[in-house]
Order: sequence, then C-alpha cells, then structure tokens
Amino acid sequence: MQAVESEKVKQTFLANIYSIPYGERLAECQQCGTCSASCPTGERMDYSPREIIAALRAGLLDRVLETNTVWLCSSCYSCTVRCPAGIKFTDVMYELKRLGNDYGFKSRKSPTAKMAKSFVKTVDRHGRNAEGELLVRYYLSTNPLSALKQFWFGLRMMLRGRMPFLPHGIKGRNDLKKMIQAATEGA
Amino acid sequence: MIAPVKKTYAYYPGCSLIATNKAYDISTRNVARVLGMDMIELEDWNCCGATAYMAIREKRSFVLSARNLALAEKQGRDLVTACAGCYLSLHKTNVYMDEEPKMREDVRKALKAGGMDYTGSVKVRHMLDVLVNDLGEEEIKQHVVRAFGGLKVAPYCGCQITRPFGDIDDPEFPVIMHKLLSWIGAEPVPFLMTTKCCGGMLMVTQPEVGEELVGRIILAAKDKGAECISTACPLCQINLEAYQAKVSRRMGKDCSIPVLYFTQLLGITLGLEPRNLALRDNLTPTEAIIAARSA
Repeated sequence: MQAVESEKVKQTFLANIYSIPYGERLAECQQCGTCSASCPTGERMDYSPREIIAALRAGLLDRVLETNTVWLCSSCYSCTVRCPAGIKFTDVMYELKRLGNDYGFKSRKSPTAKMAKSFVKTVDRHGRNAEGELLVRYYLSTNPLSALKQFWFGLRMMLRGRMPFLPHGIKGRNDLKKMIQAATEGA
Repeated sequence: MIAPVKKTYAYYPGCSLIATNKAYDISTRNVARVLGMDMIELEDWNCCGATAYMAIREKRSFVLSARNLALAEKQGRDLVTACAGCYLSLHKTNVYMDEEPKMREDVRKALKAGGMDYTGSVKVRHMLDVLVNDLGEEEIKQHVVRAFGGLKVAPYCGCQITRPFGDIDDPEFPVIMHKLLSWIGAEPVPFLMTTKCCGGMLMVTQPEVGEELVGRIILAAKDKGAECISTACPLCQINLEAYQAKVSRRMGKDCSIPVLYFTQLLGITLGLEPRNLALRDNLTPTEAIIAARSA
C-alpha cells in the first residue's frame, strides 16, 4: 500500500471515529495495555488492541487491516469498561471492521466478516434476520462443504423444531427500505 | 391470591427468539403472565441492528434500531427485551442518540424518509432488570410455588447486559442474576466468569477460538460445583449448550452440563409446566433440574 493511500485511510478513520461519542478520547491513549490484557481473544490477534493504537499513530494501520485481527473482536466491551483513558475501544474495532471492508483490505476475507455481510444482506431483504437463510448465504460465501461439519448440529436443532426455514418478513418493509436508503445516502 | 398492580411493557422478542431460541420467548412470556405483567408485543418490530450489522454499516444499524424505538414511543411504554444482544443494540442507539446531536439528526432524518420519528422518550430494559428491580424479591417470592432446595447454579450474565454502560449493575461482576436465583431457592456459586465472553459468532466462523472461550466458562462453572448454568442471552445459550462434545474434546475434560435460560429456572419454581417453558427445546437434559425442587 502506498504511503499516500495509507494516510487517506488514517484520515477517514479519524474523521469517522471523531463522529462517535467520546471518539476524541483516542488521543488520550497512554499505551498501558489494559485493553490487550482484558481482551478474551487478544492472545490470538496478530496485533493486540494496544498495538492497534500504536500502529495508527505510526501510520501503519494498513498492516493491521491486512490481517484477520479486527474480526476476532466479539464486542464484549471488556476493554471499553476498563480503559483508564475512557476510550471506547469496541467502537474503534467496529470502525476498523468497516474500514477494512470499504477499502478492500484483506481483513474483509475473514469468515467472520463474511458472516456479518451475509447478515446485512438477509436483514436488508426481510427487515429481520432469518437464521436459515443467513447460514445458507454464509456457507455459500465461504466453503459450502464445511457446512457438512454442522450436519449433526443442524439435525439436533431440527429435531427440536429449532431450525427455521421460512423468514418472517416485516409489514413495513418498504418504508424501512426508504429509511435505509436515506441513511446510506447521508453516510 | 394477590392482586398486584399490573405492570405493562412493550415487548421486543428479536429475531433469534422467534426462530432458533423460541424457548426463551415462550418462557419469558409465560413467566411474565404468571407474575401479572402485561407484555404487549411491539407491532411490526424489525432487526435491532445487531453487532453483525453494526460491523458493516454503522448509520444503517442505528436507523434499524431507532425504528423499533419509534414504534415503542407510540406505545408510550418501556421497551423490554430478553435478548442481551438486542438489549445492547437498542440501548446503545438510545444513549448515543441522546448524547450526539449530529447522529440524532441523521437518524431522525432517515426515519422521517419512511414516515416515522423518534424523540427520545423510550427507556430500553432487559427482562432480568425488570424482574429484579420492578417486581423485586417480595413479589417474586409470593408467586413461587415450589422453590429449589439449594440447586447449585452458575449465574452466567454474558457480556452485553451490563457492558458497556454498567447502568443495571457492575459491568464486570454483576449480582443481579445471583439475587433472582437466590429468591427461588437456588444457590448461586461464586462464578468469576459471569461476564466473560462466550465468543458470539466466532463459534461458527472460527470454532477453534469459540470452543476454547466456551470451555473455560463451563469448566469454571463445574469447578465450583454448579449443577447447571443459567443464561440471559440466546447466543450464550446456544454456544454453551450445543457444542459440549466438541468443547470437551478441545479442552480434554468433560464439559457437559445442563444450560437453561434464567426464565426457565424461574418458571420451574413458579409451577409452570415443562411445555410452557419449552424445556424440550433444550439440547442438554433438564429432568434433574426439575427434580431439584424441594418437596
């Protein structure tokens, strides 16, 4: 990635972060590492939460986004409630997930990213999630054969009437589409 | 028979509770009915704008959430949900709309494009909070017909009820579920993993990560002598109950243990029939739990 492009990503990131409540607190990070120590998946990340902020300051955000790191965040908010500087790091992770996706970094290829995208498509279509459709979309976008590994799980769920096939759409679907359209244009 | 003041709420089931986790919806509604609460389902509710949506589209996620808040505002009641994920999405949108004028304006503009509006008057509540803080000890105990005789339960709150705001209880070591369990004759075990993450979606997308997170939670519960785990979130419930064989293999230890929603445990002591709590839906055995009531 070119330095110019990298700078652009950083600027977009900061502009978006500063529009979220308390986003400006990011500047207060003292690199104490409380976030990394609190993170349940931190040990599996290529860059820990503390390192992500260090990378941002060094203009190396693109390196973070070339890995699966941001998608290991499961939104448990442990870092957010513990940060002594009041940084809402979970919101930072959300922003990085979106950034990696919108700018075409490798992070978008994470299976969790594909699950999230399948979720958005399903909800945009019906106004609600339809778990059956979500899983079909997900396995088609990753490895359809890996769905076989879930065979017994699916069967056990089905036997208990817990595997829904038909989506429950909402009545106000058309109005909701207008709202989503308006939010997308304003973005 | 006691005739309590009828408490009326707008009820938001959420997508998971009308599909793979119907047992949580059924037990919530029946427990509420027995306790004399009036839960009026939010007409034509939509997706809460969940974590997975937020990770791709921010503003659209807030708009999805806000449409539900707008529907609840028309009812003029507190919006109650039992799903921890929905609770967080709706609550967070509500708080952020209140704190950030620019965001509030954008979201309201989008709502108006679809003929709706939200002015910020709704309070978003979790079912656990409503039971413990609106009804309280006395009222719940009055309705218990057969309490547990000291059943040891690991109270697992999960991430998204007390975090990030910590307004219901302590964000890391809440005791709200402990309280409710002790009122119905159960003995909550000291459980430091009560708000540790179950991994959420990672159980499906990166099972090697999810299985280990779940394994640590289950083993901590068993280590304290818990006879079952109590959950307050459909995703926690499914992650903890549905993969126990795989989790046992990964951890090299037996990770089988019954997992029930706190509404099911409460319902058992309120004298509700197993079918009214959809106990048959659970993937782990519940017979021993029903039998653990004192005579």
